[in-house]
Amino acid sequence: MTAEKLASESHSSQRREMTGAEMVVQALIDQGVTDIFGYPGGAVLPIYDELFQQDRINHILVRHEQGAGHAAEGYARSTGKVGVMLVTSGPGATNAVTPLQDALMDSIPLVCISGQVPTSLIGSDAFQECDTVGITRPCTKHNWLVKDVNDLARVLHEAFHVAKTGRPGPVLVDVPKDVQFATGIYTPPEVSPRTSYHPRIQGDIEAIKQAVALMLTAKRPVIYSGGGVINSGNEASKLLRELVELTNFPITSTLMGLGAYPASGKNWLGMLGMHGTYEANMTMHDCDVMVNIGARFDDRITGRISGFSPNSKKIHIDIDPSSINKAVRVDVPVIGDVAHVLEDMIRLIRASSTKPDEKAMGAWWSQIDKWRSRKSLSYTRNKDVIMPQYALERLYALTKDRDTYITTEVGQHQMWAAQFYHFEKPNRWMTSGGLGTMGYGLPAALGVQIAHPDSLVIDIAGDASVQMNMQEMSAAVQYEAPIKIFILNNQYMGMVRQWQQLLHGNRLSHSYTEALPDFVKLAEAYGGHGIRCEKPGDLDDAIQEMIDVKKPVLFDCRVANLANCFPMIPSGKAHNEMLLPDEATDDAVANAIDAKGRQLV
Amino acid sequence: MNAQNLASGSAYFIAKETELPVTTVLSVLVDNEPGVLARVIGLFSGRGYNIESLTVSETEHEQHLSRITIVTRGTPHILDQIRHQLERIVPVHRVVDLSVRADELGQSGPIQRELALVKVAGLGEHRNEALRLADAFHAKVSDATTEHFIFEITGKGSKIDQFIAIMKPLGLVEICRTGVAAMNRGPRGM
Ligand SMILES: Cc1cc2nc3c(=O)[nH]c(=O)nc-3n(C[C@H](O)[C@H](O)[C@H](O)COP(=O)(O)OP(=O)(O)OC[C@H]3O[C@@H](n4cnc5c(N)ncnc54)[C@H](O)[C@@H]3O)c2cc1C
Ligand SMILES: Cc1ncc(C[n+]2csc(CCOP(=O)(O)OP(=O)(O)O)c2C)c(N)n1
Ligand SMILES: [Mg+2]
Repeated sequence: MTAEKLASESHSSQRREMTGAEMVVQALIDQGVTDIFGYPGGAVLPIYDELFQQDRINHILVRHEQGAGHAAEGYARSTGKVGVMLVTSGPGATNAVTPLQDALMDSIPLVCISGQVPTSLIGSDAFQECDTVGITRPCTKHNWLVKDVNDLARVLHEAFHVAKTGRPGPVLVDVPKDVQFATGIYTPPEVSPRTSYHPRIQGDIEAIKQAVALMLTAKRPVIYSGGGVINSGNEASKLLRELVELTNFPITSTLMGLGAYPASGKNWLGMLGMHGTYEANMTMHDCDVMVNIGARFDDRITGRISGFSPNSKKIHIDIDPSSINKAVRVDVPVIGDVAHVLEDMIRLIRASSTKPDEKAMGAWWSQIDKWRSRKSLSYTRNKDVIMPQYALERLYALTKDRDTYITTEVGQHQMWAAQFYHFEKPNRWMTSGGLGTMGYGLPAALGVQIAHPDSLVIDIAGDASVQMNMQEMSAAVQYEAPIKIFILNNQYMGMVRQWQQLLHGNRLSHSYTEALPDFVKLAEAYGGHGIRCEKPGDLDDAIQEMIDVKKPVLFDCRVANLANCFPMIPSGKAHNEMLLPDEATDDAVANAIDAKGRQLV
Repeated sequence: MNAQNLASGSAYFIAKETELPVTTVLSVLVDNEPGVLARVIGLFSGRGYNIESLTVSETEHEQHLSRITIVTRGTPHILDQIRHQLERIVPVHRVVDLSVRADELGQSGPIQRELALVKVAGLGEHRNEALRLADAFHAKVSDATTEHFIFEITGKGSKIDQFIAIMKPLGLVEICRTGVAAMNRGPRGM
């Protein structure tokens, strides 16, 4: 880059006069944004005009605004950066609601810029008008309607700040069309935008000391880590590994936290919760000290609250004070950022004269090994039919040594993916946990691939979910994003069917997918590549073909139709009342949930 | 009660609530900007919390700060959640549970005052009785004809409730109440 160019660029981010539409683009540049996902329409045309006249921001044209949102989420989760989406007023904005709520529940930093009808028409039921800030108020961390062009730059910078700091989340900036045309003064990013917003980062040292004292006298400890470790960043994962190494504590994680601690690590128990491993859930149930690091005691984790780890003292590290004591009362809350708190914690542990009780820990580990030997993820292989678990074992074996990112849709395949794909690093696993949005995985994979053009990006999909945002295949083809959609096709909404079997007397109301499309032809129709595999013996070659093709792929993996996902904690039950695969006979499944439990789900 | 349980976390594994609900007064200091009240109210309705009384007005003009006073009811656990959830709202500066604060200060409770306008219409003995009772309650006459009075009364909610109950048989026409304004006793601010 020449000196002049550098100078002119640094000049560009100074205070100067420009139109609102120019400000949007300038603010994105000043916030370090390089890629955005969007869809045009009348109320954002001035912004699209500015995008046309520059080349610093790469705009990915999706095929549906929901796709833009999930793509931005995948982009954000796989990079640690803020995801950005741009939509028009009215239907553009309402289509953005699902990904906004998805990002809110999973703490994903997202900035949505929406067009709005001109200020003077707001409230008049103008063409493509909707009350965007009203509709999105409960599904954003914060939102703004900008009525004066001179506020626009400040608000945009504030939006990025709010999205990425504290507990990350989605924000929305609604920009009326006249504000996009109007001229005003652009202001560069500020350091501290508003006094009412000040997330706590550093943990209270007294609380941390208390936590450390409790940990070092524990006889049956466990670390329960979550998405907050991923949110906190790479340093947090590093420190988590160090903490485990230092204490030799067993560690489990939620769905959202997979990869923060490596699945190959010797202290790893696998995922916990409703579809978690036996060893993870039993360890949680019987522990005497639980260290929750960036997880939120979600109901998929706790099962019946009164039966949740009844005899433990609980430590909870979380950046959001409202997460503390929300579902489960804890003994030692530590409010702060995971990386900051772990740093203090590790320092104090190293300095302490008390060391973990080795004898007690030895006994604890031998108990855990007994639970492990129960092999709760076992399943019966079949020579003729591909078992979904087998498909994922093979997918893992053939892709683990590559630079791979995994996204998922929602259903049984998602849980099997969590159980059978093993993550060594954070930010490699993108899934819709809190909202459980079918249709998340395909556009999320697109977003991940845009951020990592040379990596292998796979959406582990279900036959029903994948149809919810299938249209983004077209975007993937346009941008030469070679995403691989690995469909575990059981011709059922398997997860729904599993619950119908458990709760509704095996009456499979509308959970069978009649008239599935021919996924191979569909792939070809989009200009991608289609693969079908029906026999276990053909699977490895087919997966290899999928990896080798430099195009978006729809892989129709025909799996056993009626397989169910175990282990499972039936609703109303506690961690030590799991349903294990070898016990899950048809009868056991039908009677697993008693009448009382049935009312709970 | 049930709604409160649901709001406490899981919609699926509903635990029996063992704590008893209490009433409390929250003071919420917010940036006075469009939509801020909707955010606060939306939080209550969205999460199934109760609002028994709500007042709002700008209190620090130069800093554009408004003070919202909310009387709400719930178990101590839920009230804690409400406070933390309110603090998450970006334009919210501070949330103080005035009742808890009063306890900490060893006081019986925050000062709570409400103003009500009470219209009473009637003739003869009812009219005289209304005026006599209004006087006993230190209510002011803000408007009157030979057929009606509008009384203006200030005080604790319970005093106003009582006044209204007494006026009912004397020709009560309509009532307008401001909702509770409240602060803690003593020299310190919130
Ligand atoms: C069909 C289906 C089945 C499911 N089954 C399971 C299951 O069996 N097991 C399971 O685990 N999940 C399961 N889930 C997912 C579940 O619904 C929740 O999304 C998940 O358990 C929540 O993960 P988490 O507790 O890590 O919280 P997250 O939603 O990731 O929240 C992160 C927490 O960390 C805090 N935080 C954020 N940033 C920081 C920071 N920098 N520092 C400190 N704290 C921070 C946040 O305030 C929040 O409290 C399932 C989902 C679906 C759709
Ligand atoms: C948008 C949306 N609608 C409905 C649901 C409810 N739901 C959860 S899983 C599921 C079935 C998913 O079927 P499929 O994608 O084939 O996955 P499988 O369980 O068969 O692996 C449904 C309908 C949901 N999670 N999201
Ligand atoms: Mg299916």
